Amino acid sequence: MKNILTTSNLNIGYKSKKGVTTIAENLNLNLEAGKLITLIGANGIGKSTLLRTITGIQKPLSGNVYLNERNISDYQPLELAQNLSLVLTEKLPPSNLSVFELVALGRQPYTNWVDKLSDEDILKVQEAMQLTQIEHLASKKHFQISDGQLQKVLIARALAQDTPLIILDEPTTHLDLLHKVSLFKLLKKLTEETQKCILFSTHDIDLAIQLSDEMIIMTPENIVQDQPCNLISNGSFSNLFKDENIVFDAEKGKFIVS
Amino acid sequence: MANKKRNTILFVVLALGLLLMFFASISLGSVTIPLKDVVASLTGGQATKSTWEYIIINYRLPKTITAVLAGTGLSMSGLLMQTLFRNPLAEPYVLGLSSGASLGVAFVILGAGFLPSFLSVIALSSYAIVLASTLGSTLVLFLVLIVSQRLRNTMAILIVGLMFGSFSTAIVSILTYFSTAEQLQKFTFWTMGNLGNLSWTNIVILTFCVGIGLLLSAKSIKPLNALLLGENYAKSMGLNFKQARLIIILATSLLSGAITAFVGPIAFVGLAVPHIAKLTFHTSNHTILFWSTLFFGSIIMLFCDIVSQMPGYDVTLPINAVTSIIGAPVVIWLVMRKRNF
Repeated sequence: MKNILTTSNLNIGYKSKKGVTTIAENLNLNLEAGKLITLIGANGIGKSTLLRTITGIQKPLSGNVYLNERNISDYQPLELAQNLSLVLTEKLPPSNLSVFELVALGRQPYTNWVDKLSDEDILKVQEAMQLTQIEHLASKKHFQISDGQLQKVLIARALAQDTPLIILDEPTTHLDLLHKVSLFKLLKKLTEETQKCILFSTHDIDLAIQLSDEMIIMTPENIVQDQPCNLISNGSFSNLFKDENIVFDAEKGKFIVS
Repeated sequence: MANKKRNTILFVVLALGLLLMFFASISLGSVTIPLKDVVASLTGGQATKSTWEYIIINYRLPKTITAVLAGTGLSMSGLLMQTLFRNPLAEPYVLGLSSGASLGVAFVILGAGFLPSFLSVIALSSYAIVLASTLGSTLVLFLVLIVSQRLRNTMAILIVGLMFGSFSTAIVSILTYFSTAEQLQKFTFWTMGNLGNLSWTNIVILTFCVGIGLLLSAKSIKPLNALLLGENYAKSMGLNFKQARLIIILATSLLSGAITAFVGPIAFVGLAVPHIAKLTFHTSNHTILFWSTLFFGSIIMLFCDIVSQMPGYDVTLPINAVTSIIGAPVVIWLVMRKRNF
């Protein structure tokens, strides 16, 4: 499989006046095409810092991030936008955008200076809306649809951006179980049908174990990346939460309150 | 698409409306001039009375052109600020830019008394007023920008804008306490706004400023569309945010600074017009909003100007009063509806 994004000896964290705060050291992650990869870890462990670093928003303390075998810091903003798209957790500012217009904004890295959509752009937008099954919402305003639908629309926007890698920050947070499952399945289907690599952070560990191809587990000690079954057998989940009340049951593949 | 057809029709209607308002604004005024004489004066022919011709060419035409420039410019800066600050209530007047300009002008007009006589003559020239007003509004814009960097909360930015307004009003009232009746009158007239005070030379300068401001705005169409999803999404779509923001701010200060300097602080046009454009065209796409804001801005300003002339009567209302009377209810209505813009 083709590597989309790799990190080599990456150290992440913050530099401030008081000194350097290291969050994780010596990361050698590897994101391959056609794979659904989930990032899990307790709150405040530094998932966002990791995502910010590998998306080029934040500089690594040391080491490198390679996107398509090129250092991510060498990318121009526009080039980066053609290779990496994001779905963020933040609330959208008030606007009158329709679903179609919102998805079409994904074509910005390709449009001319007045943002005119070419025939190819419109085709890509329609394709993205088909894949995410939101065509029936096209003329609705983005504030008229449900949270689950909005999440799909935002994913469609990232698809329209036509990048080999899509990174999502906790896309399942505000959804009920039904919509969580359907979103997981949608992301899984997208990796299979489009051969894109999709990485996302989530707290839905049970679902992630069942549906992702690989998982990245962040604990205070280390960060490991492997297939869910291997992670279960080598006991990586047991270190996830430092609390005697939560125990990982390896046979059932889920956390149990003791 | 049905939308496209609807937009085309709307734009044709707007273009006709603009043409109509343009001629109405030239034809109507305290002095009644027959339409054929208006046309004759404009096309270089002979009007029945030479005074009519003089009024049209040297008084009404400059005023109409100023109204168009002020209307388009203020509305455009309102549109830019609403998207940049992610706030439907942002505009030059609300964010305190006009107050900043007023303060600058107050210092010049009312403070002139403290200066030695030869300096006070310079201070009272129209160029000094223009300069003071532009400086004042740019200063406030930078302050608002610094605050907006620190405060993510857009409501806070509005409150800060309001505070700048109160602050400058307070300073102005202190200054008025020490100034002569004549200075006070001059300043009061400036604050009421006046579209009809510009010489042709001033109009050329204003056209130049507004032209550049509009060009910068046009260049910002794509960044503005990206910013509809917020700063982070915009960056992830390849936007050079810092550069885009600088251009938007430059455009805004140039437009509102120059216009406030020449015609005085004009309230609510910058706030109401972009909303009227958004409501009419049901879109947030700035390519369409750019043009519709231009049309609506000039039409509404011309309309306010005609109302302020009170055709057929001898009195003229201050333009700022007219725009406030029309604009303030629009704002209240917008807040009441609490809709997503």
